[in-house]
Amino acid sequence: MTDRWSAGVLHYAEMGYWQPDYVPKPSDLLAAFRVTPQAGVPPEEAGAAVAGESSTATWTVVWTDRLTAYDHYQGKCYSVEPVPGRDDQYIARVAYDLDLFEEGSIANLSSSIIGNVFGFKALRALRLEDMRIPPHYAKTFQGPAHGIVMEREYLSKFGRPLLGATVKPKLGLSARNYGRVVFEALKGGLDFTKDDENINSQPFMRWRDRFLHCMEAVGKAQAETGEIKGHYLNVTAATMEDMYERAEFAKELGSVIVMVDLTAGYTAIQSMARWARRNGVLLHLHRAGHSTYTRQKEHGVSFRVIAKWMRLAGVDHLHAGTVVGKLEGDPGTVAGFYDTLRCHQAEPDPAKGLYFEQDWVSMPGVMPVASGGIHAGQMHQLLHYLGEDVILQFGGGTIGHPQGIAAGATANRVALEAMVKARNEGRHLLAEGPDILRAAAKHSRELDMALSTWGDVTFDFESTDTPDVTAVPTLGRGA
Amino acid sequence: MRITQGTFSYLPELTDEEITSQLGYALGRGWAVSVEFTDDPHPRNNYWDMWGLPMFDLADAAGVLHEINECRRACPDRYIRVCAYDSRLGRQTVALSFLVNRPADEPGFRLGRQERADRRVRFTIHPYALDRPAGTRYSP
Repeated sequence: MTDRWSAGVLHYAEMGYWQPDYVPKPSDLLAAFRVTPQAGVPPEEAGAAVAGESSTATWTVVWTDRLTAYDHYQGKCYSVEPVPGRDDQYIARVAYDLDLFEEGSIANLSSSIIGNVFGFKALRALRLEDMRIPPHYAKTFQGPAHGIVMEREYLSKFGRPLLGATVKPKLGLSARNYGRVVFEALKGGLDFTKDDENINSQPFMRWRDRFLHCMEAVGKAQAETGEIKGHYLNVTAATMEDMYERAEFAKELGSVIVMVDLTAGYTAIQSMARWARRNGVLLHLHRAGHSTYTRQKEHGVSFRVIAKWMRLAGVDHLHAGTVVGKLEGDPGTVAGFYDTLRCHQAEPDPAKGLYFEQDWVSMPGVMPVASGGIHAGQMHQLLHYLGEDVILQFGGGTIGHPQGIAAGATANRVALEAMVKARNEGRHLLAEGPDILRAAAKHSRELDMALSTWGDVTFDFESTDTPDVTAVPTLGRGA
Repeated sequence: MRITQGTFSYLPELTDEEITSQLGYALGRGWAVSVEFTDDPHPRNNYWDMWGLPMFDLADAAGVLHEINECRRACPDRYIRVCAYDSRLGRQTVALSFLVNRPADEPGFRLGRQERADRRVRFTIHPYALDRPAGTRYSP
């Protein structure tokens, strides 16, 4: 038998990182990895290597382990199951003691779990599929600055999805022209308009000018409708100092919401979330860049993990897919993202790609945002798949309306309200949706025109990120 | 102008039958329904006057419609809204809220501009109706 402490290289599985009998503690942080080992590497060894490299291990035996209660700090791979239909892939579940992580830090959590291990040579590919955050750890995070319930009460908008639009063209408009789009869209019936992710402070439009014009548009639209309106002012910048300056200016002008990009980084997002809580301003997060690591099924990080981290980090809005629009989104997988953002308690559900139960211990929900290639003619599908606590964002589907931006906004609002009313009346949305829309269009020329312009547009491509119907996780409730 | 607060303001005014149908949906989900009215439609006016208490124990839509009609009779020239309240843990907030009455004439809002240094303008909105004393704001 190999001596655990002889100098040299040992298999990870022999160093204590493979513990098939380990029963996770309620306070353990759990992770599910999709592992594709190199040829000749046994799956248990691959799982153990992931557990090791994402916790205490290095490539060789080190005597300094013996200065610690090393067993306590080791990540423990406790289950490895083959992925049905994929003979080179396995789902490895790893348990980590909470002492491995700094309280309330996404940067620390992610450096631990996805730090070095994703470049590990013995694996051909590795994907972090899901994570269970135990209540003990969840409670060390601020969570959403306001959350779904507070946002609705703040805006005084209940019983229906909210509506938004991203200003287009996303680059090149002067501040004055940009504000025109905001005004028309909000006056026509949208609740929000939005800066796009790459609108920061460019030569054609500096941030301060944009903020001034957008807030005039918001104020005027509020006066013309008697509703609270908002424009997501993107405060993303090169430094935190710049971001705080922009956010303070937005607040001073009376904006109900600011926005930050995922590219600003986890720590910047957590800082903005604290600022947003302190200052009573909602925080919208655009998931710019995520598809570089979330989309491919073999390698990277699933978006459901990013969604979980961002709820902990404390944003109020997060883009999470449309199912029917132009961007990636299998219905089951997207439902899993929405559950992750909105539910107070989630059970493992392989059809939604949820590997673990998750108890949010009263942490408020994040409002998911559906954006990208959606239009009024899909309203029945959007309400059916995405539910009520969601922001539906029609950019082209508002601004591209042949009668103008305000008409495009009105078309969307009429379609939405008609669909919610019909749903509440007990009608079957998927079957009767087109009829409901046509009936609503009889009293709305704007909707009638929208339906004849986009009625048939669909984006019917196969999704790459789909759930594998794996065995239900072995871990029961309460574990 | 037409104030577009509430869940269904972009649709034609709901008939009593349509209102009853929405009430049935709310009651069927265990939400308590209440009726509120105001002559101050500022969107930041959260506290409309309550037409009695929320009807926690009323399961019959016709009973709610009766209260709506009583409120309409008493305040025909006010905004009246129906709210359905979801008291479940994690919600504990309004789940549905729509107008069932509005004044015949809606004068709308004045946009106030407070001009300040370096091009900053602070915008406020003010319902024209508020220039008249409470109780007479929407009377002819």
